[in-house]
Amino acid sequence: MAAAGLERALREAALGLERAGEEAAAALGAVRAALAAAGGAAALGKRERELFDAFLRSLAGAPRAARPEGVWQRCFLEGPPVPAFCVLLETLGCPRPSLYPREVVEVLEQFLQEGRMSALLWEVCQQPVQVGSQELQEALLNRIVCLPNHVSNKLEGKNPPVFFPQNYFPFLGGTIIQVLQKISDSLRGGLDCSICFVSHVLGKVCIHGRQKEILGILVPSLMELTKSDCIWQRICWRLVEYVPDRWMEAVVLGFVQQTPGADVLSRLLGNLVVKSMKAQFVVTQKMLLLQYGHTTAVLQNLLGYLALDSLRRALSLLQALQELLETWSSSSAVRHSPPEQQQYISKAILICLSHLKETEIESCRQELLTSMMEGVKCHLDSSLPQIRHLGMIVAESISAKINTDGPVLKFQVKVTMKFMSGVSPCDTNSCLHFSYSDDDLIPYDMSEDKEVKIKAPVYIRDCIEVLTGCEDMDKWEATVKALESLVRKNPEATREVSVELAKILLHLEEKTYIEGFVELRQRAQVAVLTTDPIPVAKYLTSQFYSLNYSLHQRMDILDVLVLSAQELSYPKSHWKTKHSGAPKPCIQLPHGSDSSKDWRRIVDERIKNKTRRFATGHSQVELASGPNEFNSVAGHFFFPLIQHFDRPLTTFDLLGEDHFVLGRLVHALAVLMYLAVNTVAVAAMGKALLEFVWALRFHTDSYVRQGLLCCISSLLFSVPAECLLEDMTEELLETQSWLGGKRRWCTPVGARPHLLLLMERTAYERQQITVLCPEHPPSTPAACGFW
Amino acid sequence: MALPPPDPQFVLRGTSAAVHTLHFSCGGQEPDVPVLFSGSENGLIHVWNLKTHRVDTALDGHGRKSVYCVETMGGKNRLLSQGRDQRICLWDLAEGRTAVMDSVFMENVGFCRCSLLMVAQGRWLMAMAAKALEEVQVLELPSKTSVCTLKPEAGAKLGMPMCLKLWQLSGGSQPLLLAGYEDGSVVLWNLSMGKALSQLACHQEPVMSLDFDSEKAKGISGSSEKVLSIWSLNEQQNLQVYKTHNLVNAGISDITIRPDKKIVATAGWDHRIRIFGWKKLKPLAVLDYHTATVHCVSFSNHKNPRERLLAAGSKDHRISIWSIYTQT
Repeated sequence: MAAAGLERALREAALGLERAGEEAAAALGAVRAALAAAGGAAALGKRERELFDAFLRSLAGAPRAARPEGVWQRCFLEGPPVPAFCVLLETLGCPRPSLYPREVVEVLEQFLQEGRMSALLWEVCQQPVQVGSQELQEALLNRIVCLPNHVSNKLEGKNPPVFFPQNYFPFLGGTIIQVLQKISDSLRGGLDCSICFVSHVLGKVCIHGRQKEILGILVPSLMELTKSDCIWQRICWRLVEYVPDRWMEAVVLGFVQQTPGADVLSRLLGNLVVKSMKAQFVVTQKMLLLQYGHTTAVLQNLLGYLALDSLRRALSLLQALQELLETWSSSSAVRHSPPEQQQYISKAILICLSHLKETEIESCRQELLTSMMEGVKCHLDSSLPQIRHLGMIVAESISAKINTDGPVLKFQVKVTMKFMSGVSPCDTNSCLHFSYSDDDLIPYDMSEDKEVKIKAPVYIRDCIEVLTGCEDMDKWEATVKALESLVRKNPEATREVSVELAKILLHLEEKTYIEGFVELRQRAQVAVLTTDPIPVAKYLTSQFYSLNYSLHQRMDILDVLVLSAQELSYPKSHWKTKHSGAPKPCIQLPHGSDSSKDWRRIVDERIKNKTRRFATGHSQVELASGPNEFNSVAGHFFFPLIQHFDRPLTTFDLLGEDHFVLGRLVHALAVLMYLAVNTVAVAAMGKALLEFVWALRFHTDSYVRQGLLCCISSLLFSVPAECLLEDMTEELLETQSWLGGKRRWCTPVGARPHLLLLMERTAYERQQITVLCPEHPPSTPAACGFW
Repeated sequence: MALPPPDPQFVLRGTSAAVHTLHFSCGGQEPDVPVLFSGSENGLIHVWNLKTHRVDTALDGHGRKSVYCVETMGGKNRLLSQGRDQRICLWDLAEGRTAVMDSVFMENVGFCRCSLLMVAQGRWLMAMAAKALEEVQVLELPSKTSVCTLKPEAGAKLGMPMCLKLWQLSGGSQPLLLAGYEDGSVVLWNLSMGKALSQLACHQEPVMSLDFDSEKAKGISGSSEKVLSIWSLNEQQNLQVYKTHNLVNAGISDITIRPDKKIVATAGWDHRIRIFGWKKLKPLAVLDYHTATVHCVSFSNHKNPRERLLAAGSKDHRISIWSIYTQT
């Protein structure tokens, strides 16, 4: 009945508006009365609404006379809010309005003040379908959100304060709370209603950049309301969930910024990131990886929110951390993204880490480690100190997190992380503070400050000091290497300490590995011996038969004596040229002399060598010039060695088990004999050597016997023929009979013919001499006959 | 990663002999140009103009014998130089003169640099090694009157004095002498009593150089060893080892604390100059430029701290000039 009355009143009013004056006033009064009788605008049905809509339109378009002042406004304020609001704004936007814009704005102001906006929203929430199609809703939404713009455009800025955005949007926020209150009441009453439109309003306001204004009101109220009311919580979750995707970012960002803490955010948003893909993208990608202008508080809110629920942790927090680390450890990102962003990402990583639980770390320890290694590498590669520091800080944190018991990565940068302490937001634009533990003086890179390579001593006496008591291996090494040249350069200084030096060198052991140590030592020994031959040779030969030397040392002595003798006997006094010269006649060591047959080859070769030298002897004589330094000292080398071979010591028995050394000794004597050619002592040496050979001729070791053959050949070569034949006839004959008669003993097959050849040659020379010197009686007819 | 150490700001070449001593004179007012005096092995003292980086004058007063100590006596016109010809020369360089005004004959033939201290306007004390092996003589300049001779107690076996440092607390109090000896000890001498106040064995080898900060009552000495010794002087005038610092390479030929007491520089036998923070002897830089032993390091006395320079003279004939830690 009431509805029918209203319908009639509206029709009459439509007629009354055309006539204007008193009738119009009466008609409008009737409409109002009928509306009130029908139970207010909220109770109207669809048909009445449409009629009322048409009525309002005609009212807005009616001449001034037909609109009694004070009454027509009430029609707009009391009528259904959606049509009233739409008609008012249409009129406002109309290019030739029948109403003054100021009049419309006044009505709108009242509309807002009388709470008609909340009525409007509530109406849409209640009957979304009745209010109109999607397009109409869209238009309505636009008008609500852009009301300040519409009004301001029309009034060119002279709009009432309530239409200023800073006032309007908080007002709208309050309105939304009122509507939500109604929704809550109606839900509690068991009535269904849609929150969708409110969400749209919120989304649109936020995308217009008014989050601060609207959420500044909404968030505190919602915080209070959701504290202990699950219906309110659900309303709030829905409010955000129904925000269309295109506005989701603005809303979520607004909430994250406006909410004081992660727990509140979690209460307000619920599992939004799980339900809405868009929200998840915004939270885990956009806000963390793409944007970097957010404050630390926002980051803490955001990541704290993700961490507060197990579902969100699993789906979002770990994923976020993973992606953050991926970015952090990407060398391209480190190189190309601005330092501010890198700092932002580092902050986010640190916050994430602080939220991680032991079990979660366990599950991704390996990934964390990999990322850390990658990241710290490309951060330390950076040329910006800030980036390097960031890398170190983050790496240290990760390392501390993943290594609960093992060693932790530690850089020398001290950093205070204010923002890590507690959830309380702190104002930190630069949240990472760097401070050094010491003075304000920042050291330069000192990694190049390494030990200077030790210079070898310059004085012989310093060398002795180093070789005897130095613990510094570098210095020791340098000394060993430099000693030979030092000795050669300073013969005078060497002579002062020659025996001491020889002693040190003889006992010198390879304290640390030096390439070619043995040769270096030997060359130094040779240098010392050649510089001061008599005392050193005396010392060395005496040591050869002393107690407490190893076989090796005794053989070293032989080698040194032989090499020095060779050097001394060599005509060229310059020692350097000698070293590059022909193969040295050193004692050759048969490898595995017991079993190997190598010695045969060696002996063959040696004898071949010597034979060849003999053959080309004349040309060598031409080259030779200068005194033979070996001349005066040959005896000092030779006789002490040959004297004591048959006196066994407790540790050294040449004729017994140490026959290997005996073999070396025999060879050494052979070489010395060979080198003593043309020296004064050669005859005496030859005689002694023959006796020596005679004594050992039945030695059981073939290496020794082979040495004896060498001895004989060098003897035949070195000792002048007349001496051979006159002074040692007996011995020579004995030797000849040994060589000839006991051929079985002369195992070296190759050696025998050479020796025989040598003997023939010697015999020939003897004949020459006898011819030239007739006073020499041919005292050895037997020998002659033999040759 | 720390910054790489800086390069020298510039290098002075042309002494054509090993440089043994350096001394800045940069405190003058405009238009005085800052100068650097260098004494070298060929007996010449070069006066380097630090604006043009050229030699203004070369002073020849030591008979071509190595000059191993150069000091100014209030401004750059009065110069003291010590040479291996056993003479300490006092130069008048005002108005372009290059005259030796006076000289002191040293009977000692060691390498100990003398030490100079202004005790009053125009009155100086100079400590130098005396004729007797272990003694130090203190003269007053310019009068050349002997103030005292410091003899170690019989049987002290300190050996020759190697380096000297005269100093006094501000306010005209008693001048004191710190002397480093051949046996590695540092001795604090009271000049008026001629008595050793304290002795500290700092090194195993002869003390090659020492410097002392009278404000902090803390000194530093180096020897041919691998270690720097830092010692302090307590209120009872006793020297105590404060700490030691191990070096990478052995041998320190000179140590200088910058006048502002912020940093210390050492001249090393390893060709390197080392910079330390003086407060805690924190290593700050290793300047590796020279190719032979660095003989001396010296800081400039520029009025503006930002212009302060460090100079190092080396056996490689070069003088390197560095600008380092000037912002502090």
